[in-house]
Amino acid sequence: MFDLDLWREIFQSINMNRTRSLLSGFTVSFAILLFAILFGIANGLQNTFEEAFGTDANNSIVIFPGKTTKAHNGLQAGRQIQFKSEDREFIKDKFGDKVEYITSKVNKNVTASYDGAKNNYQLRAVHPEYMFIENNKISQGRYINQNDLNNKSKNAVIGRIINDELFFKENAIGKYINLSGISYKVVGVFTDDEGDNEERVIYIPITTAQFVYGNNDFIDFMHLTYNPEMNSNQALTFGTTLTKSLKERFSVARSDQRAIRVQNMAQATTQVDIMTSGLTVIILVIGFGTLIAGIVGISNIMIFIVKERTKEIGIRKALGASPKSIISIILIESILITTIAGYLGLLIGVGVLELVGPSLEVYFIKDPSVSNNLVFGATMTLIIAGAIAGYLPAKKASRIKPIVALRND
Amino acid sequence: MLKINQLHKSYPIGDSSLHVLKGIDLSVEDGEMVAIMGSSGSGKSTLLNIIGMLDEADSGDYILDGLPIKNLTEKKAAVYRNKFLGFIFQSFNLINYKNALENVALPLYYQGMKRKERQELAMFHLEKVGLADWAKHLPKELSGGQNQRVAIARALAANPKLLLADEPTGALDTTTSYEIMAFIQQLNDEGKTILMVTHEEDIANMCKRIVRLRDGVIMEDKKVKQIRAGQHV
Repeated sequence: MFDLDLWREIFQSINMNRTRSLLSGFTVSFAILLFAILFGIANGLQNTFEEAFGTDANNSIVIFPGKTTKAHNGLQAGRQIQFKSEDREFIKDKFGDKVEYITSKVNKNVTASYDGAKNNYQLRAVHPEYMFIENNKISQGRYINQNDLNNKSKNAVIGRIINDELFFKENAIGKYINLSGISYKVVGVFTDDEGDNEERVIYIPITTAQFVYGNNDFIDFMHLTYNPEMNSNQALTFGTTLTKSLKERFSVARSDQRAIRVQNMAQATTQVDIMTSGLTVIILVIGFGTLIAGIVGISNIMIFIVKERTKEIGIRKALGASPKSIISIILIESILITTIAGYLGLLIGVGVLELVGPSLEVYFIKDPSVSNNLVFGATMTLIIAGAIAGYLPAKKASRIKPIVALRND
Repeated sequence: MLKINQLHKSYPIGDSSLHVLKGIDLSVEDGEMVAIMGSSGSGKSTLLNIIGMLDEADSGDYILDGLPIKNLTEKKAAVYRNKFLGFIFQSFNLINYKNALENVALPLYYQGMKRKERQELAMFHLEKVGLADWAKHLPKELSGGQNQRVAIARALAANPKLLLADEPTGALDTTTSYEIMAFIQQLNDEGKTILMVTHEEDIANMCKRIVRLRDGVIMEDKKVKQIRAGQHV
């Protein structure tokens, strides 16, 4: 039931005891403000983190050839290792279902032109599986397929940016694009969450590239993803075994670090996992820390308020106030102040994040923000804590004999 | 009006206890004006507080207006205090952030009276104590005598059967004391029963009956010829 008189009493008490009200309000506002800002910054850090590692399959392994640095098996140091198509088949056969997807790759820089528009892009000659490794999404048409490989067809899949820049966002499917003098038919357009650079890429079948650019079966490097069911330890072991067998295949000394380099994301992933969980722990500690500080603050103030009002409580009791009315007047006042102050702190905190957020990107804090639910939950926690912290002393105060309360000066 | 029988009260002090009231028998009729006197520690304030239901006796009977006051719940005690009793304290005990009118209206709020009604009634009582022009002033803006008059108006607001005053003139100078006493006498003339604690002989002699306490027992209980405070002002 809405009791206008009770609210009048409360508003008068808040209004006439401004220092006290501001003090308790400030504690709550500040706690929520800190909570929002710290949580926001922590979230911003995590955003930066996630963006840095992108949406590439994080179970990928890249194998680069290089020059030998050590003589081995009668072969001299300084020999250039060259991968060929059969090496991909070797890995596939040898490691079976440990390999999820594997592609050979030939990379080139090309000048692409269409109808007068012209620009430089990266050309990647790949197997169809590469789409899953790179996590590309087809927005129009299709990706490279096995038929393309078999026929060495001059089909190309272009990134969204190229579609914008060369075709001015027109439908590019079926049109012919000139790549450094050779004409390719555009069969698909893809997008990539990782950003613009990954969309400035043209894919063609690996067999076509081998045929057109060298008429051989050379490949620049290999890119594979391991079976995602493997845990990081198994993945690391797999990487080591893979390196070992390739070194044997190419007669490279085991200790030779340059001839064949295997870049295993499992290593980075493990580190990222550790860092992410570390960050999560920090966020939780910060969150709980600020909340606990806020709860302690509001509890102290409630105890202080009740102490300060003991004499008033005595007077009210002498005039016929029931214990219930004493408790409700103190409790509703504190809940009202905490709610308003908490909401204010929330607004300021979110506002500060919005305002300062964009300029923080330099400091690896991207989109610092907090979910409304989280801050709302934190505010509710403080309100409830304040209510409990206020209820106990208020109940105690409502029970003391009026004469004791009146003597309190 | 009230009847007290073999009232005992002791306060714990450390491990021992201090026996403050040692079997008090007292009865007060309607319309009486009684001064309870005694040196400090005689138990006079304790007696008044028990009568005012601000404190509880350890043993003995206390009947107020035919109602036995014993083992009251907090809620019931609050209702009784509001209905039967008006308090006047030495230090006024006004709520410092409420103005005179709001202070006077407070007991009416606890009676559940509507805002408009209780403000009118509070104003009526303020007029009665001659402070209508000061209704919107806070206690700190009023003199001691004015504050005590606000407190009297507040005590009267709920139209209590019994007015209890604990050293009502203790914090006031002589002239102001006599003004306040004149006012209390006038209330008594109008039929209000008044019980007051004082240690000043002249104030006590302005009542109609003096009860003297020493070491927790009644030494003397006599009717006196009332000295009108108005003659001194």
